[in-house]
Amino acid sequence: MMEALFTDYTLRTVALGASLLGVVSGALGGFALLRRQALLGDAISHAALPGIALAFLVTGSKAPLVLVTGAALAGWIGAALIMSVTRRTRVTYDSALGIMLSVFFGFGLVLLTYIQRIPGANQAGLDNFLFGQAAALVEKDVLVILGLGSGALVLLAVFWKEFKVLSFDRAFGATIGLPMKRLDHLLTALFVIAIVIGLQTVGVVLMSAMIIAPGAAARQWTDRLGRMIVLSATFGAVSGLGGALVSSSAHHVPTGPAIVLIVSAIVVVSLLFAPNRGLVWRRIREWRHGRELRVDAVLLDLYALASQHTSSDHPHAERVLNVMSGVSASARPTLRLLELLGLARKIDASRWSLTPEGVERAQRVIERQYGS
Amino acid sequence: MSASVEIQLIAVVVAVACALPGVFLVLQRMAMMSDAISHAILPGIVVAFFLTGDLGSPWLILGAAGTGVLTVALVELMRKTGLLKEDAAIGIVFPALFSIGVVLIARYAGDIHLDVDAVLLGELAFAPFNRFVFGGVDLGPKALAIMSGILVLNAIFLTIFYKELKLVTFDAALGAALGFLPGVMSYALMGMVSVTAVGAFDAVGSILVVALMVAPPAAAHLLTHRLPTMIGLSVGLGAVSALGGYWMARFLDASIAGSMATAAGVVFMLAFLFAPEQGYVPQAIRRSAQRVRFGRTMLLIHLLHHEGSPDAARECSVDHLEEHLRWEHGFAARAVRSAVSKDLVIRSGNALALTTTGRDAAQTALVHM
Repeated sequence: MMEALFTDYTLRTVALGASLLGVVSGALGGFALLRRQALLGDAISHAALPGIALAFLVTGSKAPLVLVTGAALAGWIGAALIMSVTRRTRVTYDSALGIMLSVFFGFGLVLLTYIQRIPGANQAGLDNFLFGQAAALVEKDVLVILGLGSGALVLLAVFWKEFKVLSFDRAFGATIGLPMKRLDHLLTALFVIAIVIGLQTVGVVLMSAMIIAPGAAARQWTDRLGRMIVLSATFGAVSGLGGALVSSSAHHVPTGPAIVLIVSAIVVVSLLFAPNRGLVWRRIREWRHGRELRVDAVLLDLYALASQHTSSDHPHAERVLNVMSGVSASARPTLRLLELLGLARKIDASRWSLTPEGVERAQRVIERQYGS
Repeated sequence: MSASVEIQLIAVVVAVACALPGVFLVLQRMAMMSDAISHAILPGIVVAFFLTGDLGSPWLILGAAGTGVLTVALVELMRKTGLLKEDAAIGIVFPALFSIGVVLIARYAGDIHLDVDAVLLGELAFAPFNRFVFGGVDLGPKALAIMSGILVLNAIFLTIFYKELKLVTFDAALGAALGFLPGVMSYALMGMVSVTAVGAFDAVGSILVVALMVAPPAAAHLLTHRLPTMIGLSVGLGAVSALGGYWMARFLDASIAGSMATAAGVVFMLAFLFAPEQGYVPQAIRRSAQRVRFGRTMLLIHLLHHEGSPDAARECSVDHLEEHLRWEHGFAARAVRSAVSKDLVIRSGNALALTTTGRDAAQTALVHM
């Protein structure tokens, strides 16, 4: 499968395009996630459709750069309208997103069907943008992705500090005199570029996953912005490449959905296994804490009983410990654990006593809990 | 009935059926959930189709509704981990489910009438050809029968649980305290959205369902404060969008569903611009009127202050206002014109003088300040 990358021209083009796209959308999507604009990407990608159709209607050309420019303008207008509508009226952000998304898309559809019926207009290929047609990527398309994408990434690097301030503490940025409004517009513009260059590959619907998922996965692995964006771009690239490979080797698996499923799998793995934040580790930590608390509680019960006797290794009935531990029905599993840790000893079928280590630990716990 | 009338009837029924749950989605700030659900039902439809082998089977609706509720549950599960915000969770869940649906279709259903275009875009123009025949009697188009059924279901649900929905929408905490189970109501609402979306996807496609669910209620929300009025307006505006869209499509010979969404957008834009209280234009007019009124009052007080003083001739002149009150030329002129037209000030050349009513008005304004 891998060697086909070097021999198969089409696959190489598609894989290159998809991974470049993954890098750009991963990097910019990371910022969108932090700025809580995850679904804005969805709205922009839908809003781009009429731009594509209008660009074709006006210029009659299907050159990738022309169509992408039209898409970017329409996406930008959609984003601006969402901001303006939510700022000026009581229409909420989610409603504005939903309206712009579906209305722009509907209008784009009207234009596409209208173009279809113009005699002589060859619209074939325009609806690639609807569902994505990665297999149809040619060198020209990859060059556009490369050109626009690297331009966006360079700007992102140049304004890194400013964008960081914008994402985390806008008010602070304004007080130190940064033009926050203009920076916001710039970052949104870069975001729009990242989206429209991906439309042809994965399509309008699935583009939102390309924007959100790599960032959401990367966020779980680190708390540092730089690392997160690099990781996010890497996840994007890996899923782009993986999607291209899977769809070329498996029969009848379209590239766009393959990319999205891979990136979704990365998200699930990250949510479960990322160090610190991962759910599995969190569950294990909780379980450990709970066990430690139970061990200490039973140990202290034993110690309390022992302190009423002359020697600390006096045996005590399990039934008493059951009653003392209160919440959990039986102290037996915890007692077993104590035995395993060498803190308690089983005397006979139903009686237990502390070991010297147990006494020592109980005293330490008491010291920690109540002070010396 | 002619095909044209039937299509319009279906369009209106779809729009009305969508507007009913849409009102509550918009009010609960869950509008994007309609987008997520309408996409995520695809694998449900596909799997139900594989099991039954019949695109018209009611199991498809149940399968889709199940996936819709599954979407909500998955989003909720992800959000509850605290690792992701709700919008990110939505944006990850629905493309993943949609992709599963697309892959299933591409791999196993290559040669049947179930393609992604149809699900996403719908085609109302073909709806009248698929007829519902029972015992040899033609009972009209199938889409009309299904959507009418869903509309009736939605209306019944809304009537029975109106009070509960209202409470949970406006004060979920009170609802929970009174034992109304906001979670259950929210899932029921999402189930309603799913069923409506799957019924409508055949006719208008899954993306444009969002337009019909969100745009008319959002427009209605700009026009009224009252829930019953909002529901009524949403239904009306939805129907208007449907009919407007149909005729626009007919005129342009373009996609009916796309035109309906566009018409819904136009209706929303009109409400955004011209709604009496919330609209952009009335707000701008009010602001501008307020500015003139403020300027007029300032002018009256200024004149009152300098009346009869030694420098009155200089102070009480039009040119001086710009200097003293730091007003722009145009604004000063507007304030003076407004004061003169209301008989508060007499202007002779460049000099300004208060009338009796003007003096009274200035004194009242001073007292009120």
